[in-house]
Amino acid sequence: MLTGQRRPADGRGVDAPVVAARALGRRFGEVDALSDLNLSVPEGQITVLLGPNGAGKTTAIRMITGALNPDRGEIRTFGVDPGDEGEDVRRRCGVVSAKPALYDRLNGWDNLAYAAELYGLRDYDERLREAAARFGIEAALQKMVGGYSTGMKTRLALARSIMHDPDLLLYDEPTSGLDPESSHAVLELIRSMTEDGHTVVMCTHLLLEAEGLADQVVVLEDGTDLISGTPKDLTDRYWPGVVVHMDAEQPDMLDRLAHAGGVIAYQRNGVAELQLDDLGRVPDLVALLAAAGVRLTRVEPRIPTLEDLYFAVRDGRAAFAEGNTLGGSDLAARFDRKRTAPSLNDLSEVDP
Amino acid sequence: MSWSRIWTVTRTDLKQLIQAKDFWIPMLILGGIFFLFVPTILLLSITAIGDVQAVAQISQALEVLPERAQAAVRGDTDAGRASYALAVYLFAPVAVVVPLTISTAVGASTIVGERERGTGEFLAHSPAAVKEIYLGKLIASLLPGYATTLLGFGIYSMVVNLIVGPEVGGWFFPTREWWVLMLWVVPPFLALTLSIVLRLSARVKSTAAAQQASGLVTLPLILVAYSQSTGALFGAASASLWIGAVAWVVALAGLSRGMKVVTRARLLGVADGI
Repeated sequence: MLTGQRRPADGRGVDAPVVAARALGRRFGEVDALSDLNLSVPEGQITVLLGPNGAGKTTAIRMITGALNPDRGEIRTFGVDPGDEGEDVRRRCGVVSAKPALYDRLNGWDNLAYAAELYGLRDYDERLREAAARFGIEAALQKMVGGYSTGMKTRLALARSIMHDPDLLLYDEPTSGLDPESSHAVLELIRSMTEDGHTVVMCTHLLLEAEGLADQVVVLEDGTDLISGTPKDLTDRYWPGVVVHMDAEQPDMLDRLAHAGGVIAYQRNGVAELQLDDLGRVPDLVALLAAAGVRLTRVEPRIPTLEDLYFAVRDGRAAFAEGNTLGGSDLAARFDRKRTAPSLNDLSEVDP
Repeated sequence: MSWSRIWTVTRTDLKQLIQAKDFWIPMLILGGIFFLFVPTILLLSITAIGDVQAVAQISQALEVLPERAQAAVRGDTDAGRASYALAVYLFAPVAVVVPLTISTAVGASTIVGERERGTGEFLAHSPAAVKEIYLGKLIASLLPGYATTLLGFGIYSMVVNLIVGPEVGGWFFPTREWWVLMLWVVPPFLALTLSIVLRLSARVKSTAAAQQASGLVTLPLILVAYSQSTGALFGAASASLWIGAVAWVVALAGLSRGMKVVTRARLLGVADGI
């Protein structure tokens, strides 16, 4: 069965996280892949590990299944140490790695059958067909995987990850190398996994990918978790107010809003950017401007995205390292920084 | 440890090998050269040219063999005695060289190949124990070489009996020593070599490096196996049994140590030193 009630959380206790990690560290030669990672993965939700290449996302996935052991710190998956009880933990996990990790010289069916047998499944034909059908790859099962497109390989890898009905799905950059249409389809399929009660941990360096998919976000950098929480909690934490962009035929007339009621911060650099204590202030501000004869051309509430959040976190970390803290008045700077900052892909290109 | 999972790993590796025609066709040709073409040409030449001086000299050269070996040589003519000696003694080491060559080629890429293709990640995250993966891959490396050798041995037996048999009074091959060689001496030498090759495959960075290193390491082993297999046929009846027994002990020790070298970190390619 690929759907239905998940198994109870075994010895973890009620509402205990599926994965709990504290102060994880792992060094490869001279490089700290993980330096101080704390992680809590709630059951039945999608947790997105967000960070540039080299942030430690893949190493974290490997430690969750016990494929790698930490040098320091503690990790519990399903309430047990995956280093000690790795076989049981891995049997309950489904993993899709950044490279699909398929055997090109086997056909799709044999790739799935190999996994089924390693996971101890018996009479697995129906399960394989069901998993392949779910990801729309059943028609290609008799073809050699070496002839598959990247999208087909990802679909087969996803099918392989669910056919043993795991409790925890670990997806490491599953849309890597896919075109936008295939990426969207894959993300929709991942989203549907939690509807069946699966717990999902997904790594990505693509902010847009995490947007709208994540129930919980953990931002990683240099092997450390910078922040974690639901996207709403995090954006509320960094943007306690509401940001509104305004423009007018006489832009300098907008400056009178700087001291209007409910305006926490104001800045005009072409477009006026206001931080308000409540979105309900907007009609009052519009009326104020109208009364002064200002003809508005734009009133746009600005809802912070994960991208905003990511760069705000990075800026906050840099400021902290310099002995400063960021307050609400730094909002505009955060947004401006985001606009001019390189993308995560750009950042990854300069990673060592 | 699950033998079912070990067999799954073995079967899957072999299935991929069968798909790799660019690998097994040269290996079949190698077996064909050593077990079919060379013996056929050589033995046919000796029996066809008859008791000429060159054949007589080969027959006289048999006097350097141990007495027991000399006594075992059958045939009433120089051609018969020479072809019998060549069939039984000259080609014995071939039975060792062929499986070692084939299995080394398979084994060298087995672990590092998983890493290069990225499939090591799949194995590392699977419930299969590292020992199961190691043993599965060991068997998958051993079987092609040994199977080719057994097949070649069968073909070689036919060739020898058909060409030399009429000269020495009937079918005589395989001799008892050859049975011992094939079933008792060759397998442990193969296992020992593969235990080293798989350790190398787990440690090096690329398949090319694994094949280079395996060639260097297995060359002395091939020489040892070559001399021991010859000695096993020449020596006392118990010699081959002792050689085989010692080889088994060394091989089991090598396999036990080799098992510890393959780790999930090495399958992932993140172990220090890779």
